[in-house]
Amino acid sequence: MSLELRGVSKTYPPPTAVTALADIDLLVGTGETVAITGASGAGKSTLLSILGTLERPTTGSVRIAGVDTSAMSDRELSALRAWHLGFVFQQFFLLDRLSVLDNVATGLLYRGMPAALRRQRAADALGRVGLSGRRRHRAGQLSGGERQRVAIARAIVGGPAVVLADEPTGNLDSATGEGIVHLLTSLADGDTTVIVITHNADVAGAMSRRIHLVDGRIVRDSAVFA
Amino acid sequence: MTMRPADVVSVSTIGLRARRLRTTLSALGVAVAIAALVAVLGVAESAKAELLTQLGAQGNLLAVASGQTFDGNPTPLPSTAPAMIRRIPPVRNVTAVGNVPGVTVRRTAAIPAVQTGGINVMAADGSLLSTLSAHMLRGRFLDATAEHYPEAVLGYAAARALGIGTLDASTQVYLGGQYFTVVGILDQVAIAPEVDIATLISFGIANSRFGLDNHPSRIYLRADPDQVAAVAQVLAFTASPDEPEAVQVRRPSDILLARIAAKNAFVGLFLVLGGIALFVAGVGIANIMVISVLERRGEIGLRRAVGARRRDVAAQFLLESSVLAGLGGVLGVALGVLATGVVADLQDDPLVIPAVAPLAGLAAALLVGALAGAYPAARAARVAPAEALRTL
Repeated sequence: MSLELRGVSKTYPPPTAVTALADIDLLVGTGETVAITGASGAGKSTLLSILGTLERPTTGSVRIAGVDTSAMSDRELSALRAWHLGFVFQQFFLLDRLSVLDNVATGLLYRGMPAALRRQRAADALGRVGLSGRRRHRAGQLSGGERQRVAIARAIVGGPAVVLADEPTGNLDSATGEGIVHLLTSLADGDTTVIVITHNADVAGAMSRRIHLVDGRIVRDSAVFA
Repeated sequence: MTMRPADVVSVSTIGLRARRLRTTLSALGVAVAIAALVAVLGVAESAKAELLTQLGAQGNLLAVASGQTFDGNPTPLPSTAPAMIRRIPPVRNVTAVGNVPGVTVRRTAAIPAVQTGGINVMAADGSLLSTLSAHMLRGRFLDATAEHYPEAVLGYAAARALGIGTLDASTQVYLGGQYFTVVGILDQVAIAPEVDIATLISFGIANSRFGLDNHPSRIYLRADPDQVAAVAQVLAFTASPDEPEAVQVRRPSDILLARIAAKNAFVGLFLVLGGIALFVAGVGIANIMVISVLERRGEIGLRRAVGARRRDVAAQFLLESSVLAGLGGVLGVALGVLATGVVADLQDDPLVIPAVAPLAGLAAALLVGALAGAYPAARAARVAPAEALRTL
């Protein structure tokens, strides 16, 4: 699934009135793995949110698989996220009271799938991230690296076309982070597009394309300038 | 595709299960209010059921009383009146009492004559018990002996006023210048309070010693329940053909109706108080839910990221609030029924809980939950997912 931004800018309303993105043109093709780098406040997270339809741009258009999302309703955007996009966050956002298995199954909750099927798919996804033995544990009982793997399992449980990860290794030690990076890149073996925000040069190096942001603008894109 | 209903319910209780103490305390607020409402309705209804039972038993009782002349003198009913009334076909029982004017009753002759204690002296006969469905508290009623000997029966309030609680052969009262032996005390007669404050003697003694001449001042009768109104219409003419306008016809059960109305007025007041308690509980729930939405911004953002629509998020919090209040409602109904049972048991009333009380209690709780959850749910739906996911 391709993602395309045209003339996208994002200015937050007052009192902040910060321009997070300015006139971004970007095309990410199916199956690409992209690292987005840049200093804090460069607009990386905003770019990822807009690519993931969690936020609408102030100007410009976002096309996903060729379809303009600006005219989509909340219902349509939600369905798009439920069926085609997977998110991984630095803070994991697991529901600590739920079991590992149910946390992963939450990735399928809003598809209207029967609970038994969701759990079965979740068990498969946990197998792919190497946590089959932890499925009955509560999410709150896991280590940081395990929690991020659960979050990745939740992102990929539905077989999304695009996985968007916002500093997935930011809260992890480097060895654990490496495992996470490996996991993410291995996802892209097929048609899955992977876009990762990172400060980590190793993570960025593992991706097929690197985009560097400064003050809301793309100043380097390995696909264009390499 | 949207969520399955079972999932909606399960998701809506995650927050409640995660914060049990908070859930319990918030639900308790609703429970207390609902318990109060159910108990008020139940207790009132149980007391009313007791009155209605009496009303059903006393509804066919009519009283014919003598009127007064323009200058205020009582006009006794003709001595023929009881016999005339007995001839009206739907009439089943008749009894007459005659006020003995100017005669007082005291504990002893040593009590000053002015201290009458408000007790009247009335002539009565044996048919009084059956007609008024009255019961003896102690001793016996006036019998054939009493027609010739000075015997008296005390009304319930009269006995208390005279300080007579138990009876023996020597219990006497000083009545109209001589001592009468007290042979019995009547239990309360709610339907005819004038009997409670009377000392009853026989017509025979009243005629021979106090010149009553068999004139009744009041006649009680029971009619066929379907014919009460028809009988009431002809009573005045039957009792006193010469002066029907001087006769008052009353239905003593109106007193019971008045008491029921008084109870309803109290019920209204207490329901308003219960409603205020419920409002306060609702504000508490709204408060807790707003806090919950603030605390769970990350969860909201995540749910939006995995495909929850705004309305899914709103439904989750609205349902959570309703479930919270509903739990309180169920607990409150149980407590309210329990309280009603205890009160009814203590007061010897039948346990009557109107079916509407538990249902209305539950409905009120759910309504409060939904109203209290509406604003927090709207806030939750408005949470911007990107922002919520960034600011944790």
